[in-house]
Amino acid sequence: MVFENDVEGIAKLADIHIQKEELAEFTSRFNHILEYFDILDTVSEGEEGEADLVNVLREDEVTPSLTQEAACANAHETEDGYIRAPRVM
Amino acid sequence: MTDKTVIIGLEIHCQLNTKTKLFCGCSTDFQGDEPNTHVCPICLGLPGAMPRLNKQAVLYALKVAKALNLTVPEVSEFSRKNYFYPDLPKGYQISQYDKPIAEKGIMEVDDDEGHPKNIRITRIHLEEDPGRLVHKTSRDRAGYSLVDYNRSSIPLIEIVTEPDLRSPKEARRFLNKLRSTLEYLEVFDGEREGSIRVDANISIKGHNRVECKNISSYKGVEKALNFEITRQRNLIRKGQKIVQETRHFQEGRGITTSSRSKEDENDYRYFPEPDLRPLRVSGWVDDIVLPELPDARRERFMTQYGISENHARTITGDLKVANFYESVAEADPAIAATWVADILLGELNYRSMRINDVPTMNIADLIALIRDDTITDKSGVEVLRTMLDHCMGEDVETCEMPADIVTRLGLTKAAGDDFTAVIGEVIAANPDAVADYRAGKNGAINFLVGQVMKATRGRADPKELNIAMAAALKEAEE
Amino acid sequence: MVKEYFFEEADRTNAFITRLDLAMYEETGGPLEGRGIAVKDNISTAGIPTTCASRILAGYVPPYDAHVVTRLREAGAAIVGKTNMDEFGMGTTTENSAYGPTTNPHDASRVPGGSSGGSAAAVGAGMVDMALGSDTGGSIRCPAAFCGIVGLKPTYGRVSRYGLIAFSNSLEQIGPLGKTVTDVNTLMSAIAGPDPRDTTAYDRPYTHTPSGDIAGMKIAVPDEFFGEGVDPAVAESVRTAIGRLEDAGAETLTCSIPSMAYALAAYYVTCMSEASSNLSRFDGVRFGPSVETKRSWHDEFRDHRGALFGKEVQSRIMLGTFALSAGYYGKYYAKAQVARENVRRDFLRIFKDADIIAGPTMPQIAFKLGEKSDPLSMYLADILTVPANLAGVPAISVPCGTVDKMPVGLQLIGRHFEDERVVDAAFAYETGVA
Repeated sequence: MVFENDVEGIAKLADIHIQKEELAEFTSRFNHILEYFDILDTVSEGEEGEADLVNVLREDEVTPSLTQEAACANAHETEDGYIRAPRVM
Repeated sequence: MTDKTVIIGLEIHCQLNTKTKLFCGCSTDFQGDEPNTHVCPICLGLPGAMPRLNKQAVLYALKVAKALNLTVPEVSEFSRKNYFYPDLPKGYQISQYDKPIAEKGIMEVDDDEGHPKNIRITRIHLEEDPGRLVHKTSRDRAGYSLVDYNRSSIPLIEIVTEPDLRSPKEARRFLNKLRSTLEYLEVFDGEREGSIRVDANISIKGHNRVECKNISSYKGVEKALNFEITRQRNLIRKGQKIVQETRHFQEGRGITTSSRSKEDENDYRYFPEPDLRPLRVSGWVDDIVLPELPDARRERFMTQYGISENHARTITGDLKVANFYESVAEADPAIAATWVADILLGELNYRSMRINDVPTMNIADLIALIRDDTITDKSGVEVLRTMLDHCMGEDVETCEMPADIVTRLGLTKAAGDDFTAVIGEVIAANPDAVADYRAGKNGAINFLVGQVMKATRGRADPKELNIAMAAALKEAEE
Repeated sequence: MVKEYFFEEADRTNAFITRLDLAMYEETGGPLEGRGIAVKDNISTAGIPTTCASRILAGYVPPYDAHVVTRLREAGAAIVGKTNMDEFGMGTTTENSAYGPTTNPHDASRVPGGSSGGSAAAVGAGMVDMALGSDTGGSIRCPAAFCGIVGLKPTYGRVSRYGLIAFSNSLEQIGPLGKTVTDVNTLMSAIAGPDPRDTTAYDRPYTHTPSGDIAGMKIAVPDEFFGEGVDPAVAESVRTAIGRLEDAGAETLTCSIPSMAYALAAYYVTCMSEASSNLSRFDGVRFGPSVETKRSWHDEFRDHRGALFGKEVQSRIMLGTFALSAGYYGKYYAKAQVARENVRRDFLRIFKDADIIAGPTMPQIAFKLGEKSDPLSMYLADILTVPANLAGVPAISVPCGTVDKMPVGLQLIGRHFEDERVVDAAFAYETGVA
């Protein structure tokens, strides 16, 4: 069971802004789904599977990088080869 | 002084010197290059790209694990550490969480009284670095950031210690030894920008713990810890409570400040990285051959070259210095030790030069000149300074040989009787000092010898000169 | 030689997000030379916009091809466009798209299934013979069933995921959809094969010619596939189809998959958890619609993701965030992994005695548009497809008659890396009916 303030906290952790008026809807939706997930409580403790594929590694050899132009092509704002991002200070 | 009430644990992030990044084939050699030129869909976190683990990084981590006596568990795996920040391209960092590559090790370090003690290593894990942010402010004060992803996915190992350190000095010694060990293992290049970063946990026994983040130098660690101990002690003395928090070290100001931001209390929601398969590498450890490590090399230098523990410690503390010493020691190990440890390192430091900026051939030549008594120690220093002043920033090959400098400047040591004339002049010119000497003031002879040294620009051996001066004064009296 | 392929079919079902009326292909002599292929819009195509049907990726043009796209080009295929889907693959109807819903080619008032609804509709409507989809919990098989075509979810690790925009990495596979089993087989041969860039993939190429000889094949029929919630008419169709396989020489036996009681919950917890992390990279910095860089990053990221992700995607990201968060990891994520292992073991047990597991692909025929407005009721429709993803085994949906004039799909599930046998069983059914 989650409450509206829980959902607000989760939204914050997920970095998603949700409108105040959506909060009730999300909350009831989540409770509906989480209630269904409670069936997992019936799963007794068990082992996780063991991987049959391990140590898949790459040799330390340089491969070509993208050009600066290609690297920045999808960014909306660039400056001197840097990609612009929102401020942190 | 070691204070049993100070409790310090460190988390050290070191950059591994692989050729390529941890999860892609982009080159790690980007210093001085344009931003965003060592990037690909993987390290840019483009949709659909998948990580590929660098084998060399795994081998390097195992090498460190073996050197620090850690156990490599049968299975280890990568996890995602989820948080948002503009320098983090994927919105998570691929790191290791509950199944690190190595656990439970030990490194010996001297405490403040010089007694060896064991510092327990909790774990070592592999992880990728985020990108690098440049902050821009503009006139309207609403700044923005610029991101360079060249650093994104650079391989790091994080080494976590138990809270076994008892003083800032001890912490620094630990770091110095760790650094030299990593260099001996050839997995780490301490000269690369941002190659080491430290988070320190510090508390006073019985009080809350504070985490200091963002320390990027060895000196900084000692400074930050000293500042914190004083700050925490003052609070305790005033009867105030230590807040359990994360503080940031301001390198420039030498202080720590509370970060007060919620970001540091993030819930990272670790879970296994589904795009990478687990590692089963415990069996690889046996095949790793460790090189001679700093402690062993120090012991060997003391027995093989007969040099003092202090000299051996200084020289072996840095792999490049130790290698340098070995290549110049042949001429005379004792003189070489003195000149490398006591003189050369200081002169280099003064000029912001590195040991590799000086050709070993030149220093070997200088040591031979000293050994053969061709020049005095004092002249030796002058030769060294002259040489270094001209080596600076130039091609190693063009560095002038000490023997040539000696010839050019006429610094060949003169024998005692070469100075008879000068001694006579000094005695004649300083009757007061001569009178003082004769009156029993033995110190006056030093003044007279000094005058001769000055006149001959240090080309004479002070001991020999002393004897000659005493003889001359005696003669003049008779 | 580069050649032109004119793609002029009308798109009556809104199957495409991006279409290339003039597609190019290379005369490579490959098995797909000159054939038009549609690609789901969550598979990266260099130079062609790839949106995942999300506003958050509007305008994104990948600088690289997914491995499967490289393979298609090498095989001589003409990529005619990028198909509609539920945003990031999150849905069972292709209604959750920023580009509007795709409709079912058999009945425009019904959904084509999802999330690869655009790919299935494009094939079902006859626009292309073959298309690529991706299947996280049934996203190839469900629309194949609803649109009356064939769709294969390969064994996990058989096809490289490199370039597939991840929704749930540990569950999903790229796979072929086609009008016939032969088409699916041809497309599978082109896309399977080693790729060092996906380190979860195996080096198990696929070179197979379908065979209808299934004499002696043992087919297990789980009770749970005909239980509560399965439309009796659909169940009847599928039982009849299984009877045809018996006629062709297969032996049937009944079996039980007890872990199906919680398989759907395990599936949703897992995919939401992985999605919550996978979708963190959509912050507007390196791609997608621009962010206002003069705001504080936290506010800006939040508003960007709040405005541009659809509601179902936001909902799954948040539930996944919750399932991984401190204090809930053990109850949700960790439990789901144990449940998942139990599903895998149930399959391994059944596959000791049987070569194939058969049942309906979907419990119902294609829904009416808007019918599944309640998220949980939509999730429940995946109950028969998610077990194969949890176990990592191959599964195919092949058309087996109609109910109310709408297609029904027969689902055939095989052992790990026995994609060929699954294809043979489907081929036997298809040719037996014909």
